Amino acid sequence: MSEPLLRVCGLVKHFPIRYGIRRKVVGHIRAVDGVDLELWPRETVGLVGESGCGKSTVTKVLLALEQPTAGQVLYRGEDVFALPAKELRRLRRKIQIIFQDPYTSLNPRMTVGDIVGEAFEIHPEVEPRAGRGRAVRELLERVGLDPGAVNRYPHQFSGGQRQRIGIARALALRPEIVVCDEPVSALDVSVQAQVVNLLEDLQAEFGLSYLFIAHDLSVVRHISDRVSVMYLGRIIETGTNADVYERPAHPYTQALLSAVPSTDPALRGRKQRIVLEGDLPSPADPPSGCHFRTRCWKAQDVCVAEYPALVDRGQGHPSACHFAAAVDIVHGEVASPG
Amino acid sequence: MSVSSPPPVRRGDTSVGGRLDDGQPVAGDHLLEVDHLSVEFRTDTGTVHAVRDVSWHLDEGETLAVLGESGSGKSVSAQAVMGILESPPARVTSGAIRFRGTDLLTLPKDEQRKVRGAQIAMVFQDALSALNPVFTVGAQIAEMFRVHRGSSKKEGLAAAAELMERVRIPGARQRVHDYPHHFSGGMRQRVMIAMALALDPAVIIADEPTTALDVTVQAQIMDLLQELQREKGMGIVLITHDLGVVAEIADRVAVMYAGSIVETGAIQNVFAWPAHPYTVGLMNSVPRVDQVGGRLSPIRGSPPSLSRIPAGCAFHPRCPRAEPVCAAEAPALREVAAGRRSACHFAEDVLDV
Amino acid sequence: MTSRVPGSPPAREDEELPDRDDAPEDTATATGVTTDSPAGTVVAAAAGGSIAHAGLWSDVWRRLRRDPKFLFGIVVVAVLTVMALVPQLFTRVDPRYCLLERSRQPPSAEAWFGYDVQGCDYYANVIYGARVSISIGLLVVGGSLLVGLVLGALAGYRGGAADTLIARFADIVYGLPLILGAIIILYRFEQRGVPQVALALLVLTWMTPMRLVRSSVVAIREADYVQAARALGASNWRVVTRHILPNSLAPVLVYATISVGAIIAAEATLSFLGVGLRLPAISWGLMIGTAQNYLRTSLHLLIFPGIFLSLTVLAFISLGDALRDALDPRLR
Repeated sequence: MSEPLLRVCGLVKHFPIRYGIRRKVVGHIRAVDGVDLELWPRETVGLVGESGCGKSTVTKVLLALEQPTAGQVLYRGEDVFALPAKELRRLRRKIQIIFQDPYTSLNPRMTVGDIVGEAFEIHPEVEPRAGRGRAVRELLERVGLDPGAVNRYPHQFSGGQRQRIGIARALALRPEIVVCDEPVSALDVSVQAQVVNLLEDLQAEFGLSYLFIAHDLSVVRHISDRVSVMYLGRIIETGTNADVYERPAHPYTQALLSAVPSTDPALRGRKQRIVLEGDLPSPADPPSGCHFRTRCWKAQDVCVAEYPALVDRGQGHPSACHFAAAVDIVHGEVASPG
Repeated sequence: MSVSSPPPVRRGDTSVGGRLDDGQPVAGDHLLEVDHLSVEFRTDTGTVHAVRDVSWHLDEGETLAVLGESGSGKSVSAQAVMGILESPPARVTSGAIRFRGTDLLTLPKDEQRKVRGAQIAMVFQDALSALNPVFTVGAQIAEMFRVHRGSSKKEGLAAAAELMERVRIPGARQRVHDYPHHFSGGMRQRVMIAMALALDPAVIIADEPTTALDVTVQAQIMDLLQELQREKGMGIVLITHDLGVVAEIADRVAVMYAGSIVETGAIQNVFAWPAHPYTVGLMNSVPRVDQVGGRLSPIRGSPPSLSRIPAGCAFHPRCPRAEPVCAAEAPALREVAAGRRSACHFAEDVLDV
Repeated sequence: MTSRVPGSPPAREDEELPDRDDAPEDTATATGVTTDSPAGTVVAAAAGGSIAHAGLWSDVWRRLRRDPKFLFGIVVVAVLTVMALVPQLFTRVDPRYCLLERSRQPPSAEAWFGYDVQGCDYYANVIYGARVSISIGLLVVGGSLLVGLVLGALAGYRGGAADTLIARFADIVYGLPLILGAIIILYRFEQRGVPQVALALLVLTWMTPMRLVRSSVVAIREADYVQAARALGASNWRVVTRHILPNSLAPVLVYATISVGAIIAAEATLSFLGVGLRLPAISWGLMIGTAQNYLRTSLHLLIFPGIFLSLTVLAFISLGDALRDALDPRLR
């Protein structure tokens, strides 16, 4: 197949800041400032970044819940935002989403059966009315819930179970792409593993592609084939799982990885520690040139003047840093950056 | 997992005043001790046994992690120590909370207040809701001085600025006049730590202090806490569900499940050679950033509701090793190796695996 | 379902244990216990009443049943409603059958409330008066709820120009005092029956329901489950009617219940002032208005409709109060 399932080119989303009675636009929040992504069939792409990096905005645009300010989202080569409304509705069957918070992602006044079955009501051509009840029960079973749950309400279930309901809802229309927006962050540790395994099983069974968005680097490491790292609206590094985790080239990626606490107490004090100073700059007024330069220990004049493009700088995968250099942080003993 | 039996391991870190064992009672009082504490909530739908016969202790200069998931009762036990439980509906039904030997629960309310806040301070998870949005941060920190030490407003503010500098808030002298919402999440957490430190407490109880923060900010805050501990020699009780944070910063750990403690010990021992199936399950279900692939081994089922705790061992419905005795009899927390305690009928088998 | 019964499939690692009816988070939020569900409870609590702990109507009912305010209110309202629908159950006497020689006679064995100025049985009149009050109360509140729902949903969901227009218009009407405004409106009408009075009151009271609905809609519009529905391809109509409005109702309902009492009192005031219903309509307000001339001689003319009016207003306020308590996610 020569065309990726989903391709995002130069995606930009700015939110205007309005002021005063006349609601004059005085600036923009540059939530997404030029993002490229690709998603092929049956693969999982992890998108990592901390709060304020813009990954939630990316998901909203991908789901066509927001219009991009610039750039394109191509599904099988077709521009999603150029489609007429009817085609867009049909396209929605192909891309679905799982939300982070199991407590607010389900309508508290609808039964589980209605929540999962709503997909069939909106797209009646997918399943004739007679078969809907059975289809819903099958979905619930497939995600590990008792089919008798159809008549119960979300608040009668635990967080992990509610997340499974959300997964069943996303799968109802047999999508090709599922955007997972922090699907396990709000769950207990022992339950996270259940849901992660479930997602992997479903991917194998239904041939799904996942865009897995998270800030938990360990989970992303576990489930992703390729990874992109976002900072302040831009992708600053991308590559295979091994590329990004074992040979991170961008200082921010290195800092992120060094900040992840290891669960092996024997490693305490032995990993290389990079502690970032300062705070995330405001997305309404990002630094010129490289966005990361205000917190980077490598910053030089060129970083102020020139935005580093996302290209391979000799490490085998693209990174956006004038001084990119690969360092194995997660396995390293105390070592100096190369 | 190593095959040999666990030797007593020296912590590899440099904290001041550490202990080698899991803190068996020695001569003299512990700094803070929770002794057979039980807390109940009376609700419309039944009684919730949030804390069931829980005992742990903390000595100077050490960090105790209370590790558990939601519904384990870890936060409630900390709130009981701080005296911030809403009673009703909460009731402490038994046990003692001893600070330097004195049972706080038997003291009159105003004596309790003198200890809590001044000697035992708490840092909460969500700084935004723990800080009053209509007062400047400087005023809130200064209030601690005014109430407990009788300082004047000016003195209080000066002290507040100093504290904010100590917790590495840039531009502290000016930011003393800012409101909580002017700070980022990480900075707000530092403000809370500053408030907690104000009166030089002997103990800081940190309830999920970094859960709501990004990982880089979390690393900063953890570093800060450790640095402050080294400098002032205070004890820290860290309440969390994050195994990584525990591994990085704790000396000893008490694992809680369904309102009671299931395992205690020095951190290296417990994580490398767990003695309770729940701890084993937790360790196996967590993905690691330095290892790729494989399949996670979750614990089946979910934590029980605290108003319907299973009979016998609370973990038995989810335990891969459960036998009939587990449903019949609740295992006591007993010593299973030097400095290690576990509440499992088969703890020795778990340890030897 | 999991089981260790031989012959059943082996339990899968992720198979759920028998579902509990009380998820721990739910009981915990109900008690106000800070259970430590990472991020979840904090978010849930912050999301506010209607999203986090949208008590289902069955839970609400359970709480209401035990609340003495609710019991008092519902009993009185039920009795009054029956009185309005089938007054014959309470009295066989025709309220319009009047004999002048009985004028203003005090209560006695045959006429429990005595007779009014025209010599009509006062008890029968008071009973029949319930009909006017209840119907105006329900008409006005029902109508303003409807208008409020539609306009509030429009303003809240669409935002922008529609929102500004509706909100500013509401602000203008808010400026008119209720009774004065009603008087001005009613002055225009030749006939002043129940529909006209109801209309006048409706025109002056739709704004608060509109505002309540609007703010709920604005809050819920961003909720994850609404985004999920939109991601599924739901039309705006579906999103609003199936997802947003059902979760926006709680605060409006409380207000509506309480305001029935206020509307009934308003009608009585207008009739008392002579600008509401006119004779020969039977209204407590009219009765009280007539009674004021005979305070010294025939106190019964004031007391009985007064008691009934007060009781009715109180009952609705109790109901609304109880409803608000029942919808409140926190325990008392």
